Amino acid sequence: MSAKPILEKLAVLADAAKYDASCASSGTVKRDSVASKGIGSTEGMGICHSYAPDGRCISLLKILLTNFCIYDCRFCINRASSNVERARFSPQEVVRLTLDFYKRNYIEGLFLSSGIIRSEDYTMEQLVEVARILREEHRFGGYIHLKTIAGADPGLIALAGLYADRLSTNVELPTEAGLSSFAPEKKPETIRKTMASVRVGAEDAIEAAKSRLIGKATPPRFAPAGQSTQMIVGADASRDDDILKTATNLYSGYQLRRVYYSAYSPIPDASSDLPPVRPPLMREHRLYQADWLLRFYGFERAEIMEGASGGMLDLAIDPKLAWALMRREAFPVDINRAPRELLLRVPGLGTRAVDRIVAARRLGKLRLGDLAKLTASVKKLLPFIVALDWRPGMLTDSADLRARFAPPPEQLAFAL
Amino acid sequence: MLAEPGDFAEWRSAARGLLAGGVAPENVSWRGAEDGASLFGDAGAAPPGGAVSLPRELLEIAERVICHRDPEVPARLYRIIWRAARDRQLLARTTDAEVDWLRKADKAIRRDVHKMHAFVRFRRLGEEGGRESFAAWFEPSHRILRLTAPFFQRRFYGMDWAILTPDARAIWREETLVYGPGGTKDEVPDSDVVEDQWRTYYGAIFNPARVKIDAMRAEMPKKYWKNLPEAQDIAPLLAGVGARVERMREAAVSMANPLTDKWRTRVPDELALDDDVKTLSDVARAVDRCTRCPLYCNATQGVAGEGPKDARIMLVGEQPGDQEDLQGRPFVGPAGQVLNEVLEEAGLDRARLFLTNAVKHFKFEPRGKRRLHQNPTTGEIDICRWWLDKERAFVQPDLIVTLGASALRGVTGKSASIKSMRGAVHELEGGGKLVATIHPSFLLRLPDRERAAEERAAFVADLIRARKLAA
Repeated sequence: MSAKPILEKLAVLADAAKYDASCASSGTVKRDSVASKGIGSTEGMGICHSYAPDGRCISLLKILLTNFCIYDCRFCINRASSNVERARFSPQEVVRLTLDFYKRNYIEGLFLSSGIIRSEDYTMEQLVEVARILREEHRFGGYIHLKTIAGADPGLIALAGLYADRLSTNVELPTEAGLSSFAPEKKPETIRKTMASVRVGAEDAIEAAKSRLIGKATPPRFAPAGQSTQMIVGADASRDDDILKTATNLYSGYQLRRVYYSAYSPIPDASSDLPPVRPPLMREHRLYQADWLLRFYGFERAEIMEGASGGMLDLAIDPKLAWALMRREAFPVDINRAPRELLLRVPGLGTRAVDRIVAARRLGKLRLGDLAKLTASVKKLLPFIVALDWRPGMLTDSADLRARFAPPPEQLAFAL
Repeated sequence: MLAEPGDFAEWRSAARGLLAGGVAPENVSWRGAEDGASLFGDAGAAPPGGAVSLPRELLEIAERVICHRDPEVPARLYRIIWRAARDRQLLARTTDAEVDWLRKADKAIRRDVHKMHAFVRFRRLGEEGGRESFAAWFEPSHRILRLTAPFFQRRFYGMDWAILTPDARAIWREETLVYGPGGTKDEVPDSDVVEDQWRTYYGAIFNPARVKIDAMRAEMPKKYWKNLPEAQDIAPLLAGVGARVERMREAAVSMANPLTDKWRTRVPDELALDDDVKTLSDVARAVDRCTRCPLYCNATQGVAGEGPKDARIMLVGEQPGDQEDLQGRPFVGPAGQVLNEVLEEAGLDRARLFLTNAVKHFKFEPRGKRRLHQNPTTGEIDICRWWLDKERAFVQPDLIVTLGASALRGVTGKSASIKSMRGAVHELEGGGKLVATIHPSFLLRLPDRERAAEERAAFVADLIRARKLAA
């Protein structure tokens, strides 16, 4: 197996990595290669260097070190009992690929994950070794995202945080029951403990930076792009409410930058108890919208669930609109007077549009014509706002409001 | 007339002169050398004049927008700065038609710059003295090479490179960046050894079960495809999708990999049975697996008590807080800090005490990026008493100090107010004494400083009494 040519290994180990949705390369510290005279920079905003026909951005070289795995998680293509072709990179091979791709401007950096081989600690050590070689031996200044292996020694996590921009530990399934039946080797408390050690590592680094003596070198930053996680949507019976409940717990407890929601997509050589269906892409999309409402729009989970039924978000309309239709008494909102927090609750207004409105109305009262320049679509706003030349009248309370927004049913089906 | 379209310095000096000379936009006609105009443009006529102050943001935008290929841009930009010199608020007037145009043109340039950062593809030329050199051919929508070259300089300092566009070229060699005339595609190699690997990666990372062509084309418009080596694979990948997905669906679920059991060397641990808890350290191990009440579902870990097995005094708090939950140790958060200070004042050595909590898992309500502490219910305290009783049995302290009402309930099994119990020494069923006092977090919640000082003194007095009792 070690004689497998690099192209074959790459095909196997990239294929095995594609079920991880995250490809973010943003939110880290500013770095460049001017001082080091090496290669690599990060400038805050991530860059998507290519897009695959699945619409996903390709920003990082996203690969597994190996897809051999001693775990047997049913939803995973790399589980021990799967007959998928196996391969393993040496740390040097990953380093070489990363640098070759980076120098040709194909990627922002590396996202390295791995199946569990021998033990959690051994696996984590291998991942850290790749990052160490890149940073120390090649002065690589690009982005590095390392998967933290749940249950690995906190000392290894601390080391990983020194080399990596981001660390992530996937919870995969939102409920205890789901995890214990689909991923018997994974324990939610082990995952949470690993996330806790990342947060503690980051806080310790901040403390160390605060207490350092003047004139001493700045202590190294710990995973400056923070940590993230992923949940699989639609592999088990978890409802959207369960998923968002877990997400809010994780955001609050471990200062996660992102929770990724990944529609379960049928894998080759699937385990028999999984749905052989199309990935629930619209459900995934609605969960992301709900997640944004939680993080940037001041919504509580319970409010978002007011627009849901049976713990599931409405697939036909977005969660903010679903909430607004249940809370018509909160509307219309006066575009010229309402505080920012209320504007954020208007369906059809995003954070940027709200900022533009707040800035523009300082210089004069806004009409619908002005709004057209500040927002993507005025039509959607009409039932929910008052402007200088517009009042919705009975429109806000009209019974067919939902029908105006919900697409005709046939559009819901996703063509492959 | 502008000799070099897209050159900001040239436009700026012309515009500055016109502005200082008070030449109104309608009296200026801007022409680029591209238009085949004669040598004399109106711009040259105005004297280099006094400084006109313009908002910095506008100059930054102008520096980008001048790269726009629309030939009207120099004139439109001049009209805007003419107005801006008379209206400081101009840029904030987002509903103004010209400002709207400026914002949109700027957005188009910034997008083009971003896409150039993303889509330039270097090909290797060779290596000399350990330093590799690369070249790329790129066709941006606008004349943005000078806006983008510094990015490549910051990123690829340690190698030599050249980027060629139809309008201009940038060359980074011997740690110097120089610009030159436009070039052609044939000046750059037509292949690179690593491109096969890149294309293999592109094909493998694509998930055929979720095709979203429009999303791809929105972000990677077709106009860029001709210079992206991976783009030639898009059509074949899409053509193969149906077959790949069908194969996945039709393939009957196969037999498990015969090596499964050999690989899965470790069977998941069994939960510790209650009977297995035979020592104090078993408590620490087993409490983390406790599922007697649902609090374990959201907490990071069960936090057992900590301290010497022969401690004479046991301090019982309510439950782990945010920091205790993360670190897995009792009293390490803000309340723990207060406790440490108060213990010192009372002459008690923390290292000789056994510290624990009535409830072993953190109960909280998530609120944004924080977890708000929630009081445990009496039911949760009573269920968790199983662990507290174990700890009491192993340590057998002479004296238990309860901190707060939850601790009192955990130790006595009965609800009572601290007020009614405080100041006296109580005999515990089954031996040992009890002193009841407040929880240190109570001090953190008191807004009134005077009152907080009083409560703190009373807390210290309670602890001094405890020290004397145990002596």
